[in-house]
Amino acid sequence: MSFFSFGQSAEIDIVLNDGETRKKVEHKTEDGKKEKYFLFYDGETVSGKVNITLKNPGKRLEHQGIKIEFIGQIELYYDRGNHHEFVSLVKDLARPGEMTQSQTFDFEFTHVEKPYESYTGQNVKLRYFLRATVSRRLNDISKEMDIVVHTLSTYPELNSSIKMEVGIEDCLHIEFEYNKSKYHLKDVIVGKIYFLLVRIKIKHMEIDIIKRETTGTGPNVYHENDTIAKYEIMDGAPVRGESIPIRLFLAGYEMTPTMRDINKKFSVRYYLNLVLIDEEERRYFKQQEITLWRKGDVVRKSMSHQAAIASLRFEGSAGAEKALAQTREDSH
Amino acid sequence: MSESTVADTRRLNSKPQDLTDAYGPPSNFLEIDVYDPQTIGVGRNRFTTYEVRMRTNLPIFKLKESCVRRRYSDFEWLKNELERDSKIVVPPLPGKALKRQLPFRGDEGIFEESFIEERRVGLEQFINRIAGHPLAQNERCLHMFLQEESIDRNYIPGKITAFPPPPLLFNSRWRFNCFKVRDYTPII
Repeated sequence: MSFFSFGQSAEIDIVLNDGETRKKVEHKTEDGKKEKYFLFYDGETVSGKVNITLKNPGKRLEHQGIKIEFIGQIELYYDRGNHHEFVSLVKDLARPGEMTQSQTFDFEFTHVEKPYESYTGQNVKLRYFLRATVSRRLNDISKEMDIVVHTLSTYPELNSSIKMEVGIEDCLHIEFEYNKSKYHLKDVIVGKIYFLLVRIKIKHMEIDIIKRETTGTGPNVYHENDTIAKYEIMDGAPVRGESIPIRLFLAGYEMTPTMRDINKKFSVRYYLNLVLIDEEERRYFKQQEITLWRKGDVVRKSMSHQAAIASLRFEGSAGAEKALAQTREDSH
Repeated sequence: MSESTVADTRRLNSKPQDLTDAYGPPSNFLEIDVYDPQTIGVGRNRFTTYEVRMRTNLPIFKLKESCVRRRYSDFEWLKNELERDSKIVVPPLPGKALKRQLPFRGDEGIFEESFIEERRVGLEQFINRIAGHPLAQNERCLHMFLQEESIDRNYIPGKITAFPPPPLLFNSRWRFNCFKVRDYTPII
């Protein structure tokens, strides 16, 4: 930002080519507010225009080069100075020179790899953004535009149920069962708690969903636990032989997919915590990790359409053209 | 092409409950009453005892019914033993009321009826809260307090199990070591 009224300054504006059609999703910012951003998937092309508008018409803008970058980075809140960039692409838009009037530059980052999902957490943030920069001798002018990336998975081949007998000898024996070990974000947890021995006075039972964010390595590991949900499944005192059903709809809670050791910097894991509370407010609990994954929406045709276009560009074969026609057909 | 299937939310299969389990007495019966305060002795050597009656069907207690007389300092002894030997958060006792033991009071001090009743209620809450704790049930001091005629202050502290321990030692009941217990002592 120039504080001098002489000299020239400019405003930068980044606009996506598919800004009208591309879906936007809500994403929490660092200060807890929710804002909407364009949604991208791995492999999709990011293309658009950079509009540079001169603030004082008539005056020239000298610059050391104009470029646009696509960046994916991990930022640890306790180590703000170091941004760990895992994706870093640059396109030069203009060589050093001067601008005499406002200009628009096209850019395209083709089939960009976006290996991880965007995440804003308690101690760490993973974000993707475009950054257009007009370099100058004293101070650069730049503009950033954040996007959100979702990572999709398909139904896991192996998805065994979780079944375990736990308890306290001679005091409380239960067998709990959850129908799966891997759930998608809009799935339902179906399960049951079977009481084998009840020698304590239970008042009620609940299931909590706990999110644990782990940052750091070696001796400096931080765990942040957050209880996302508390869901009462039983009110009253059970006896031996009783079976309490569980039906917990996940779609109502704000959760992310399980993220394990992302770029060796952080993890986000989810646990089901079964809690029994007795009449003296003592809590008996058993924690069990579950894997959460994100299911693609039905309409992913744009993805296959883009992939077909890509193969056309690189192969130029009749086969690719047929694939393109097929995707057009599918969307009708 | 529609790919989404509605999630199957039907209940999981479970064994039907045996009717004797369903309608039989619960296995967690434990009731302790603290009542019938009696002040014994004369003058400065007076003290109050309370009847502590326990009824239970928990196998860890040798007697299913017991009745003993205890005084406030016996409850203090129990609290100290548990705080030293067990890992539980021991709930508070009703106050020691030292002020009431000073001379030149207008009333009966610690032998005032309303005070004794207040203390009785507090002691009853205390003993019920402790006796139901699975970890406290392992301690010899609790069993001696509840079920033996008198407290032997020279006893050897130790742990108790319902049945003789299997050859592979462990004197704890946390066989399924993943099940955890946490105490929450409410703020009174």
